[in-house]
Amino acid sequence: MSSEKSPRQSIIEGKPAQTKTRDARMGEGVDNRFNSPLREAFGTSPFILTKFDQFLNWCRGSSMFMLQFGIACCSLEMMHTYAVKHDLDRFGSGVPRASPRQADTIIIPGTIVSKFAPRMKRVYDQMAEPKFVVNMGSCAISGGPFQEGYNVVKGAEEVIPVDIHVPGCPPRPEALVYGVVKLQERIANGESSPVVVKPYELEPFGDLEQDEVVEKLANQLDEDDLVMRYNWADSP
Amino acid sequence: MSLEEPQPESTYVTDERVDYDALESLLGAHVLGRETHLNAEAFVIRPDEVQDVLTLLRDEAGFDYLSCVTAQEYEDRYESIYHLKKYADPTQEVGVVVPVPRDDPVSETATPVYKTAGWHEREAYDLVGIEYEGHPDLRRILLPETWQGHPLGLDYDQDKPQIVPYREHVNPIEGDYRDADSDTMFLNIGPHHPATHGVLHLKTVLDGEQVVDVDPDIGYLHRCEEQMCQSSTYRHQIMPYPDRWDYAPGGLMNEWAYARAVEDLADIEVPEYAQVIRTMGAELCRMCSHMLALGTFCLDIYGDFTAIFMYAMRDREKIQSILEDLTGQRMMFNYLRLGGVAWDLPEPREEFFEKTRDFLEDLPVATQEYHDLITSNEIFQIRTVGTGVLPPEAAKQYGATGPVVRASGVDYDVRRDDPYGYYDELDWEVAVEHGCDNYSRLLVRMREVEQSAKIVEQCIDLLEEWPEDEREIQSNVPRTLKPDPDTEVYRAVEAAKGELGIYMRSDGTAKPARFKIRSPCFSNLSTLGEMAEGEYVADLIASLGSLDIILGEVDR
Ligand code: SF4
Repeated sequence: MSSEKSPRQSIIEGKPAQTKTRDARMGEGVDNRFNSPLREAFGTSPFILTKFDQFLNWCRGSSMFMLQFGIACCSLEMMHTYAVKHDLDRFGSGVPRASPRQADTIIIPGTIVSKFAPRMKRVYDQMAEPKFVVNMGSCAISGGPFQEGYNVVKGAEEVIPVDIHVPGCPPRPEALVYGVVKLQERIANGESSPVVVKPYELEPFGDLEQDEVVEKLANQLDEDDLVMRYNWADSP
Repeated sequence: MSLEEPQPESTYVTDERVDYDALESLLGAHVLGRETHLNAEAFVIRPDEVQDVLTLLRDEAGFDYLSCVTAQEYEDRYESIYHLKKYADPTQEVGVVVPVPRDDPVSETATPVYKTAGWHEREAYDLVGIEYEGHPDLRRILLPETWQGHPLGLDYDQDKPQIVPYREHVNPIEGDYRDADSDTMFLNIGPHHPATHGVLHLKTVLDGEQVVDVDPDIGYLHRCEEQMCQSSTYRHQIMPYPDRWDYAPGGLMNEWAYARAVEDLADIEVPEYAQVIRTMGAELCRMCSHMLALGTFCLDIYGDFTAIFMYAMRDREKIQSILEDLTGQRMMFNYLRLGGVAWDLPEPREEFFEKTRDFLEDLPVATQEYHDLITSNEIFQIRTVGTGVLPPEAAKQYGATGPVVRASGVDYDVRRDDPYGYYDELDWEVAVEHGCDNYSRLLVRMREVEQSAKIVEQCIDLLEEWPEDEREIQSNVPRTLKPDPDTEVYRAVEAAKGELGIYMRSDGTAKPARFKIRSPCFSNLSTLGEMAEGEYVADLIASLGSLDIILGEVDR
């Protein structure tokens, strides 16, 4: 890479202020090197004058617990992101938790297929609020190279709300780090993606509209068995 | 090969080749016809005589290894093909073709003869729709059990909606006593669980802390690889998919499996220089893959997220960086081409050689470190020595390959026994252990890393001295490749996890009519019950770790 600016430099310069009033608070003559995120959040004054919400969001963004959740090839690059060299912990979000109850961010690293979609939905449901989702790789974004497959869900967004998409097949660890940092920024700003009803929902079998498939399965499934409809053709 | 019995099959082998006429007279009236596949002759038999024929071939002619079962649908019939080999010499192959009519696709099961057929036939039933009579447990294996239709059949309609149930997911902390009279407990492990290395679901029945029964429930990553390959062209479109089977990354080895099969199918030559590069790349991938196995195994066994896991990751980073220099990607290389490789070594070559040599020089130190930390660690030894025992006979019955079978004392390695690439010109050894337990499997992997380093070193030397005007990286291959119609081939290479085979049938177009992947992890995973039943549940986790499965390859 032979651009004049180093990538790090262009990220720093390209990034708008995390809080809108930063310039106003900082005043003249303050050395840029001392502008830590802490300083940015607190301003130059020794007092904390901020909304409690804002403060909480900043805390949330600065200490995220990831769910240890490996699906497919992308999860290998995710492991590398956690491990030496890339070390996501430097950004305050590097300790994967094994239980969804202890995690607040889930990285979806791989292809979601029909059989796994209900499970992923359940894992997501089990996480405590507020929770955030990072889509890693083109499979999680759109089905990627396997989109045409008879068994593949065309993206995690069909099942759960997603905050950040990191494209690539697989994305490099650097890209994932960038995505996570972007998420932290969004969280600190109090943004998250809206939770809407998704095409694929878990519902009791008895509540499904009657059609051909439902009739065929009537003797295999109970009324209150949870099911998810999978429809390759109709999903966008 | 001390554990091999005396070979009874000598009458069916002439000059190291299988004598198919002798085999035909052995099978006598069972044979309805003969087909010629590029790798071996195949006998066509009646669907109700499968067990008789396979028993004869196994006991009389010594074909002790059922490598793969391929099912496919033609316009007028269904067909199952059993690819048989010998552990002693995999170049001795024979196929058994079982056609069944379209309106009544029922064939006799081969499970009593080869246990590995159990899972393979379930897959054939699931994806193609052939029913196997007498199969002990003919359920869907990859797709949800409520799926309608058989997706690799000819008249499958992908646009039809499906319903996926969400069951078997009771609270794991609560005891689930399936049977009111027994005091066993049912436990779900997975599909999302840190120790299953991906999305695998183990339905386990426990008696106290001991495993009574374990039933791996796979298919949570079934991404239709075979369908994808069948709808892509040979020349360019298929090659990226193999990278995504075993993503540990076994990329170049997987690509090689595909390349080897097509190169046989379409009769393509590969220049020697390219073979050396392929050999070097494949061995680098093998090291990388074994490092992952090592790191995650220790993570499973004593939760070592700090030292060993990080050390293994550190070494993987080094290898990935070399591979990135070579191929341009860290994991999904897409570097092999039919008839060669995509491009030559990166310029300046000296830098590349130096970097690789540096890595190889550091490796013995790193290996010693691993031995200090792992193999001579008492906790590790207590957890692994004598647990997860897989006797050689069982391993063969289940069609296990790779480090799993080599740790059970079976001296089987496709690289040496059915040489391809540049392996037979180089000086290396096959790592075999006789312990049959979890410890041996790790030891085999560690010794293989050392052997791979030896191979890479020799390749580097060769490449460095290769005359500049003979560096041919690709042979001439037509832009659109259309192999002759109705040619069938089954070819395998030694991937990091074992024998990775590809069956292909061409129909004269630029896309394969049937593309079947024989995945080593799939067969290796089916041995889990054998290893874990009767042991403690903690040893089940250790055994699973020692199998080193990659779900992308199990489910495909
Ligand atoms: S995006 Fe690519 S690397 Fe990631 S899971 Fe999908 S196929 Fe694998």
